[in-house]
Amino acid sequence: MSKKITIEPVTRVEGHGKVTIHIDNQGNITQSRLHIVEFRGFERFVQGRPYWEAPVLVQRLCGICPVSHHLAAAKALDVIVGAGTGEGLTPTGEKMRRLMHYGQFFQSHALHFFHLSSPDLLFGIDSDPATRNIIGVALTYPELAVQGVMMRKFGQEIIRATAGKKIHGTGAIPGGINKNLSIEERDEFLLGADPLNADKMVDWAEGALDFFKNYYASNKSFVDGFASFPSNHLSLVRKDGALDLYHGVLRAVDTEGNKILHDVDYQEYVNYIEEEVRTWSYMKFPYLKDIGKENGWYRVGPLARLNTVDFIPTPLAQREFEIYKALTNGKPNNHCLHTHYARLIETLHAAEMIRELLNDPDLLGNELVTKGIKHKEGVGVIEAPRGTLFHHYRINDNDQIEMANLIVSTTHNNEPMNRSVNYVAKAVMTGKEVITEGMMNAVEVAIRAYDPCLSCATHALGKMPLEITLVNEFDEIIDRKRS
Amino acid sequence: MSNLVKFKIDGTECMAEKGSYIVDAALENGIYIPTLCNMPGVKPKGACRVCSVRINGRLMTSCTTPVSDGMEIESNSADILDLRKAIIELMFVSGNHFCPSCEKSGNCELQALGYRYKMMVPRFLYDFPVRKVDASSPKIIKDQNRCIQCKRCIKTIKDEQGRSLFAFHKRGHDLEVILDQDLGKKITEELADLAMKNCPVGSIIKKEKGFEQAIGRRMYDHQPIGIEDK
Repeated sequence: MSKKITIEPVTRVEGHGKVTIHIDNQGNITQSRLHIVEFRGFERFVQGRPYWEAPVLVQRLCGICPVSHHLAAAKALDVIVGAGTGEGLTPTGEKMRRLMHYGQFFQSHALHFFHLSSPDLLFGIDSDPATRNIIGVALTYPELAVQGVMMRKFGQEIIRATAGKKIHGTGAIPGGINKNLSIEERDEFLLGADPLNADKMVDWAEGALDFFKNYYASNKSFVDGFASFPSNHLSLVRKDGALDLYHGVLRAVDTEGNKILHDVDYQEYVNYIEEEVRTWSYMKFPYLKDIGKENGWYRVGPLARLNTVDFIPTPLAQREFEIYKALTNGKPNNHCLHTHYARLIETLHAAEMIRELLNDPDLLGNELVTKGIKHKEGVGVIEAPRGTLFHHYRINDNDQIEMANLIVSTTHNNEPMNRSVNYVAKAVMTGKEVITEGMMNAVEVAIRAYDPCLSCATHALGKMPLEITLVNEFDEIIDRKRS
Repeated sequence: MSNLVKFKIDGTECMAEKGSYIVDAALENGIYIPTLCNMPGVKPKGACRVCSVRINGRLMTSCTTPVSDGMEIESNSADILDLRKAIIELMFVSGNHFCPSCEKSGNCELQALGYRYKMMVPRFLYDFPVRKVDASSPKIIKDQNRCIQCKRCIKTIKDEQGRSLFAFHKRGHDLEVILDQDLGKKITEELADLAMKNCPVGSIIKKEKGFEQAIGRRMYDHQPIGIEDK
């Protein structure tokens, strides 16, 4: 008898989603989809508000990486107030924002690796779900759990010092920033008692990377083979090809590493990217216009970034980047679970960047804001922890927002996540009479690798967990499991 | 003959100049009674009712009632505190006060009173009124979503000829404080600054200046509204 399996809610991801898997009479997977069932509408209700409210208002999309929305909106408004397109700010303005951003990267990546993903790696994806969670990690690997918590805390404290609050601050304003860093704040981060100082964070980031590399050494075939499929990759890169999470040009490469988007100015993104709407999901499907809907989809996020960039501009992360790139002979890496590897290299890079920035006297400067000739429209793009984030605003003559368009990281990954779900479902469920919790978690592990933020992606309403439903050919529910 | 009168607030002996309003007389004696519509130097109107006290069994607004000799005032009893809290809650539910994205947050007197009276969730249903934002002036925005109709702007923001830039418009439930379209277009920088400063909430905001004050440096970030903790 054919079946339809629904995984709802998907757990250990941000937001609310479900997976449906259709199985025919012979036990073959005929269709599998990740449905995003939230709807929010930020793009609509920001209309009519004064433009300078956008960075503070729109960041409420998310409690995990609000800094990304805060900064992407601020970058778009920099254009509107005539402060340039990411390069016109004062040194203090730009570096304070960068410090905020790297602090966020550090805390968000630590959260994802230690809290959300490490249970799958430490206990196995088909282990008892009662222990396969952060509480299980804390009980069994207390040192690792403490590291995760403290790394997150350090990143959050950086955000507090730059944005005013750990979550939903107000630091970035159109044309700059509203505070500099005090000497006391700087010294606290550089010289603070262990473990809350920049040196320790670099050490721990290296330790987390070593942990994953050891795991990889003993589980190579699983990590390499799990939901591995070719795709295009897109991200911002610095003009010289370096990894730059705050500003750059748009680059995309195909599965062989050939450039298919040639370092273009993101102010013109509408010429290169289009979004497709499908009836069964609130999340759109972006693709590269030139290549078309069928083959123009791409991945964003840590895996994609390390595929598009030429090098990482900090020494320890660059060394790890070279080891990582050698695994695929310099070609793009399409192994889904290598996203964790890439994420940890970025975590190390973020720690190094934080340390480098803290030693920069520009952070203590008093020139905070710059403005020039006003424009009616602006685009801000930033690399959020989960991938490339676009904010686009247009204002009217009275300084009110009349149009907003947000393309969020998880939205770019919509097609890849669906393909990953399909791949894993086929691999673990084909021909199986009974669907176990472990099989369902395998599907979730594939989704989790993208660290999706479904709330952001739909700019959305509601909560997030994953449910799998088993349905026969008449769409009658045979079985349903919630995780 | 002495101009001073003796009176009691919650049993505490106080003295103040005869004819002074209770709210000011209390302050002179180190006792804080909350206000929203009241402003020093402006004739009080008792519009917001937050300063309500009980005198001889009757609720009175302390900003409009002068002290008299032997007066016994009840200000901090449980039911009066709850009444003030209810008034504050009503202001929140009758407008659209979204503190998280309001640039007056941290400097907002209504928000500060909400904290003072430990308002967690209003006990009344939200009205969610559909209100307009008037952004036609080149220097300020009048956001009706946040207006509590305290009249401070009507009474204090006047041009050189003494014309008020703000006025009441409509009546009853539809009452609103609007900005004169012509005068609003000519408002000076100084008057625009003053209008934003005098507004106890975020209903009048200066254009293109949003969020320039960092969190931690705003009026009520470290010092709650009132005088007890100063």
